[in-house]
Amino acid sequence: MIEAVNLSKSFGKLRVLNNVTFTSNIGECTALIGPNGCGKTTLIKCMLGMVVPDSGTLRFKNENISTGWVYRSMIGYMPQIGRYPENMKIGQVIDMLADIRNQNAPLDEDLINSFGLRKLYNKRMGNLSGGTMQKVSASIAFLFNPDVLILDEPTAGLDPMASEILKEKILAERNKGKLFLITSHILSELDDIVSHIVYMQEGSIIFYKTLEALKTEVGETKLSKAIAHFMSNTTA
Amino acid sequence: MRKILKYILLDILRNKIVLAYTLFLLAITFTVFGLEDSTQKGLLSLLNLILFIVPLVCIIFATIYIYNSAEFIELLVSQPLKRKNIWLSLFGGLAGALSFAFIIGAGLPVLFFERSATGLMMVLMGVLISVIFVAIAMLAAVSTRDKAKGIGLAILLWLYFSLMFDGLVLFILFQFADYPLERLMVGISALNPVDLARILILLKMDVSALMGYTGAIFKDFFGTDKGSFISVLVMLLWIFLPFMYSLRKFKRKDL
Repeated sequence: MIEAVNLSKSFGKLRVLNNVTFTSNIGECTALIGPNGCGKTTLIKCMLGMVVPDSGTLRFKNENISTGWVYRSMIGYMPQIGRYPENMKIGQVIDMLADIRNQNAPLDEDLINSFGLRKLYNKRMGNLSGGTMQKVSASIAFLFNPDVLILDEPTAGLDPMASEILKEKILAERNKGKLFLITSHILSELDDIVSHIVYMQEGSIIFYKTLEALKTEVGETKLSKAIAHFMSNTTA
Repeated sequence: MRKILKYILLDILRNKIVLAYTLFLLAITFTVFGLEDSTQKGLLSLLNLILFIVPLVCIIFATIYIYNSAEFIELLVSQPLKRKNIWLSLFGGLAGALSFAFIIGAGLPVLFFERSATGLMMVLMGVLISVIFVAIAMLAAVSTRDKAKGIGLAILLWLYFSLMFDGLVLFILFQFADYPLERLMVGISALNPVDLARILILLKMDVSALMGYTGAIFKDFFGTDKGSFISVLVMLLWIFLPFMYSLRKFKRKDL
């Protein structure tokens, strides 16, 4: 469903993505893992059309991303650091997005309710704490019932309760057969969510395996241990 | 696209600066017409003030507004919207709001005091200049990520169009005073929309005699319907070209 072929991107002299090729299909839940600055967020932003790749192609359900835009109605995106117009209120932002997207299907307001955001609808985006901002981002990502969810460090900055709610939601939606793409540094929480692992380093994909294959290969039962094992092997 | 435009217009109109700009223009217009006993003279004073203030406010406000909308733009880009439509809506919102402010602040009073072809030309030129400088501002804002650099560029551009260009033209005129440059001057004036606007209004006022031989040549060209038509066309180009160039840049911009 998402298909990247030879994707490259440089910011000035820094090569952030280096011939990245991978595919992800509906029903899969892929974790993007890698050290800071390895190009995870850039790859995600390329998929959303926010960053324009220098070369290579990205296809979404056979629609070329560089020319298309309709495909974005099938994506829910939760950014790593949500940036919203500071003088708008939470309620206004959500209403505006609902108005712009103009979907006939009913909205999925589960997260808005379980995070208790309605009480905060009158707060300005500029005055929100980092965690509340993340809650808003998460609620918006799930709001339109998208087929594909791209979550960039979803639980960073969330309190334990909120991150548990979000994880429950991710599991519930995953079981409906949606495509997930998650980046995270907290490997322990990915364990029971993901089915595939993409490990990136310095803009290149080092491996792309199913979770099972990775675990049996290195003989570990926990993802965190498996990755640690793998990293110590490659650096040694 | 209509929806984005609606949100941008609402946001700009909520901004007190546009209201202050309207009131400021109103104050200037009424003061000038109150000071001069003949409206023709008032119009002349107003012309110079407007050709100074309108480009400045439009270019600075539009540049800052676009930088301050960075988050808004980022949010919209990740939604199922065309980048072209987002940029067009921003342009439409800014140009619409600032033209509206000009029409309320200066246009209607001018037409009230001086309901003639000259007055009408002045309003038309004010609106065109507003839109042109919004287009130039969008080009300045999309050219660099650094807000300080972008606003600096906008101020420099305004200085160029309002002051430096005339200086350059005078310099050329004096250096090459021995050559017949009058016809060339008509062409050169197309390089600056502010000058174009000034010439078109002055010629409607029939004070071109004050401009000497060059004035006669100007009258020959700009005074005719064809000349006026071409000048307005050139001004529309001044909207179209910077905007299309900024749109091209925006489409390739990383957010």
